[in-house]
Amino acid sequence: MTQLLAISNLSVKFPTRFGVFDALEGVSLDVNAGEIHGLVGESGAGKSTVGSAVMGLLQSPGYVASGEIRFTGRNLVGLDSDDYHRLRGDRISMIFQDPQTSLNPLLTIATQMIETIRQHRKVDVHTARQQAINLLKETGLNDVDTRIDDYPHQFSGGMRQRVVIALALCTEPDLIIADEPTTALDVSVQKQILDLIRTLCTARNIGIILITHDIGVINEITDRVTVLRAGRVVESGTTEAVLGSPAEPYTKALMAAVPRLDKRLERFKNIIDDEPTELDDTHWKVEGASAGYATDWLLTNNERAHTSDALPSVSERPAILSIQDLEVTFGASGLGWFNRSHGVKALSGVSLQVMPGEVLGIVGESGSGKSTLAKAIVGLVNPSAGRMTFRDSELPPGRQRTRAHPSRREIQMVFQDPYSSLNNRKTVEHIISEPIQFYGLTDNESQTRKLVASVLELVGMPQRAMVKYPHQFSGGQRQRVAVARALVARPEFLICDEPTSALDVSIQAQILNLLKDLQQTFGLSILFISHNLAVIRQMADRVVVLQNGQLVETAGTESFFNSPQESYSQLLLRETPSLTF
Amino acid sequence: MLAFVLRRLAQSIFVMLAVSLIAFSLFRFVGDPIAQMVGQETSIEDQENIRERLGLNDPLTTQYVRFVSNLSQAEFGYSYRTRQPVSEMILSRLPATLELGAISLVISLIVGIPAGIYTALKRGFLSNALLVATLVGISIPTFVIGIFLIYLFGVSLGWLPTFGRGQTVALGWWQTNFLTVSGWKALILPGVTLGVYQLTLTMRLVRAEMQEVLKTDYIKFATARGINYRSLYLNHAFRNTLVPVVTIIGLQLGGIIAFSIVTESVFQWPGMGLLFLESIRYVDIPVMSVYLVLIALMFVVINLVVDLLYFAIDPRVRLRGSHD
Repeated sequence: MTQLLAISNLSVKFPTRFGVFDALEGVSLDVNAGEIHGLVGESGAGKSTVGSAVMGLLQSPGYVASGEIRFTGRNLVGLDSDDYHRLRGDRISMIFQDPQTSLNPLLTIATQMIETIRQHRKVDVHTARQQAINLLKETGLNDVDTRIDDYPHQFSGGMRQRVVIALALCTEPDLIIADEPTTALDVSVQKQILDLIRTLCTARNIGIILITHDIGVINEITDRVTVLRAGRVVESGTTEAVLGSPAEPYTKALMAAVPRLDKRLERFKNIIDDEPTELDDTHWKVEGASAGYATDWLLTNNERAHTSDALPSVSERPAILSIQDLEVTFGASGLGWFNRSHGVKALSGVSLQVMPGEVLGIVGESGSGKSTLAKAIVGLVNPSAGRMTFRDSELPPGRQRTRAHPSRREIQMVFQDPYSSLNNRKTVEHIISEPIQFYGLTDNESQTRKLVASVLELVGMPQRAMVKYPHQFSGGQRQRVAVARALVARPEFLICDEPTSALDVSIQAQILNLLKDLQQTFGLSILFISHNLAVIRQMADRVVVLQNGQLVETAGTESFFNSPQESYSQLLLRETPSLTF
Repeated sequence: MLAFVLRRLAQSIFVMLAVSLIAFSLFRFVGDPIAQMVGQETSIEDQENIRERLGLNDPLTTQYVRFVSNLSQAEFGYSYRTRQPVSEMILSRLPATLELGAISLVISLIVGIPAGIYTALKRGFLSNALLVATLVGISIPTFVIGIFLIYLFGVSLGWLPTFGRGQTVALGWWQTNFLTVSGWKALILPGVTLGVYQLTLTMRLVRAEMQEVLKTDYIKFATARGINYRSLYLNHAFRNTLVPVVTIIGLQLGGIIAFSIVTESVFQWPGMGLLFLESIRYVDIPVMSVYLVLIALMFVVINLVVDLLYFAIDPRVRLRGSHD
């Protein structure tokens, strides 16, 4: 094996207003031809910075402070920018995360490929086109001869990623940096793309740096792996050795945080602590506020708490939410004379029930209607047919549900992206007290304040967080605030729509632990939506599988994961990359 | 695509009907048309005769239908002030305004777009100087710029004429500036005055859009593939800024033509704006209402052209359109 790339002692610095930030410190790694080298770490670990540094595309004002990047023996650090640009695409290429955004929407596939080929090789348009067709065939695109003249938006996500790979291969580079190449894809497509990357790597003897946050992907495809944390190498070696018997506690903790597909754990253990921040000021307290106060407040005035002990087991109680033949159609507006369209059925004929105190997992790929279901329940979209019954009374659909309707308080929601679900211009206190005031749940200001501080403590945040703004927190902390906001409304029913998919695995483990604790303490009924089967296995009591807006399978979690009945469920389970150590 | 155009044309008809209703009410309800037409010595009977002859005693709906049908046949009636047919007055003024608008649009595009791209890509003295200079251009009212230019180039240096169109050449009914030296000279000052504001807007819009596009993954990917910078910036990046830029430029062009009143009066440019100003002064309602309808028509046409340009620029719009 010939060594392609050798990075030694690489340090990258970003000068900022608040001093110099060390994005990478003394990172060393090497890549051989025909080998996939995985770079794994959580956000902020510096994985992508390694890629940018090799490409010579560090975002200004970042710069390489010291170290060497040797590519086939030649040091790339300090290379003239014109020489560097000739190298890009020709010898080193890149695959980006999101195929939706990494292709120019205004140019056809053919135009983009032919331009790239002719940029680096002196060939005529016809030859270049033929090469492009061959490459697309090699990456497994169907009907290449006709589809090559299509525009990017005419392809599905998986097909688009194949086009991206073909584009990266255009001039037969020796090294490809794949930055999260499958993160934006559904599991069934992810598997195919990973297989394709492996095949191309072996067949063309290309070295690949595969950057990912997903240890499952690392396990599935890489030969060697380097674990990064906060810009430093934690551990590196062959994938088998590092993942099979990790030497460093961080690697162990990272692996423990990955939800397991093969068995259900009560809690995630060995959680990686957040880096300490100035926020962890535990002395700052609102008088009388404590997690216990919040627990008591949430449990009193709550009929569920009084009665639940007396009730028989889950199966004999009436469902808290039951949905019959729900159908949601988008875009079926018959308003204009010319644009009468039939619309798209996002959900059709979905029936399900959620028992009190139960966590129902909803699983499916993108476009399966998971989020539409959540929106229909909270009244954000108007179903075109079907009935929803909540606590023995009918839920008015969509716009007919008044703001004063009791279900508005009783059903609360936690959204996927904590960066956009919290208003950045309001303090955390304002954000959490808003539902309290809206539903008139406390008697006076000081009680509200005490409650906000207590709930924050309950979700594992320092009380002081209440005087801060959301942008001062990390993603995980924000999601805790979002959970607190949902909780203070004293909901009966909580909808979590992909609550952890925007978070790192270690943070995901923390949030999942938190949700489990809260669910057990308050006996909440939860509709838990996720595309990640392993997360569903950890959280749900029962599982519902959706595909293209239709319900495929409903089963208890254990029986579902041990013996899925429908072929689609089996496929999903088979294609999910997992850790089997 | 055809369906789309037909749909837009149908919508345009509604817009035009609404505007014509406003123009009609202007005509009919702002003062008594007869009182403005005749002198004080005209007898009441004669006034009634005229009223009957002009059909002003007919029901309002009849009058409105007649108004619209006249408009649609380009019969615009007679001016109260000059007794000439309104259509003749407009036609004699229209070329001046359109040519002025075209020149200022060209100035704003050939300076604004390259300057926008340049300031988006490069930082440094020239970039900052351009941004500051055009900020001045957008903050000073048009008439001040006009008077300043007149003072500098017309009075102090004496290079350029300060008013009027200079010599024009007739191409049929169209009087054009473009074929004589004095016509070109006369165009420069008002053209620049009117173009400065537009230029600033174009430049800043192109700059902001370029900066957005340069952050996208497809530009990063194209850079990583080693596409040369010229093609990267002009073909890949600039093309993607066009949709918003075309929208705003289209609306601005309408604004330039419709509201060049200030510039035209500073330079005594014999265009529609000046005509409109004179008509207001003499309460020349037929001219005003026709002007209103024509400006509305122009906006409708420009918007339709902008929408068609979307089809040319963006394949996503094009393909969605073909599914209709």
